[in-house]
Amino acid sequence: MAFVNLKKKEIQVKIVYYGPGRGGKTTNLEYIYSRFNERIKTEMVTIKTHGDRTLFFDFLPFDIGKIKGYDVKIQLYTVPGQVKYNATRRLVLRGVDGIVFVADSMAVRKEKNILSLKNLEENLSAYKKTLKQIPLVLQYNKRDLAEQGIPLLSHDVLEGTLNQELKAASFEASALTGKNVVATMKRIIALTMSSLEKQLT
Amino acid sequence: MQYTLGQTQLDSIEDVLQSDIMDLGVTCVVLIDMSGNIIAHLDTGDIQHDIYSLAALAAGNFGAVSAMAKIIGEEEFSLLFHKGTKENIHFSKVMEDFLLVTIFGKGVSLGFLRMKVAEAIGKIEKILKE
Repeated sequence: MAFVNLKKKEIQVKIVYYGPGRGGKTTNLEYIYSRFNERIKTEMVTIKTHGDRTLFFDFLPFDIGKIKGYDVKIQLYTVPGQVKYNATRRLVLRGVDGIVFVADSMAVRKEKNILSLKNLEENLSAYKKTLKQIPLVLQYNKRDLAEQGIPLLSHDVLEGTLNQELKAASFEASALTGKNVVATMKRIIALTMSSLEKQLT
Repeated sequence: MQYTLGQTQLDSIEDVLQSDIMDLGVTCVVLIDMSGNIIAHLDTGDIQHDIYSLAALAAGNFGAVSAMAKIIGEEEFSLLFHKGTKENIHFSKVMEDFLLVTIFGKGVSLGFLRMKVAEAIGKIEKILKE
């Protein structure tokens, strides 16, 4: 649950980028950081292994200005995608307000996407939450790989396997080139803010 | 976890942090929740730490250390403290969902700080339960 500070008129919102390993969660945050460098005054925090994989999380605070007189501080987190790091994934999910699920569009990663989404549901249930209750955006990442002739899952297949029941907003994106990275972020912020508004009134 | 803190509660918490902790001569004290949100923050005014990142990392760190404690059969570790050459950092849990993070230099003794932190936490718990 977001923290609303009535005294300082400030809201802190936690948005987590979830998804299978090597799917592009960190790349999403890196693109956002490079794009909005001037507005993000602090360094992006990353806890990585020597092999450059996320070990614990990445953290990027992002001020979006005032909404109804409150300073809104968006805090973007990623989780480590590798299966073995589930304990840390669960820790990062604590108090989450909105989720971006970054799916890997490569045909060979179909199962990994499904397993990661299932794992997200399991971890949320530890906090007595379900995917239906939390603002969610799906991002079908790595669309740029089509140009290199790498087989990708079609939009319909991705929708069918991941989004059939959830019916969440979804974007085809390329975190590497930046395509739809900002659109994904804007949508999750909008959904999260309107859900918070409902909870607070 | 869901909680609401009113203006008077936040004022009282800041008063406690000021009189019990800041007045010892520490550099900075931050009360956060386990999700990494900052609830109250006081410092001497002459430091430029990125406390939002600090809060996110402190919450993650505390969670990780608690998980380690459980693996070796401990409920939790009572002393969480990192020593640097100029600055040190001390963490202390407040009830189940909050964490008090204190940054202090050479001029403050750890033992005295721990005693004062324990006192402050008692007062903060009362305020949070109001």
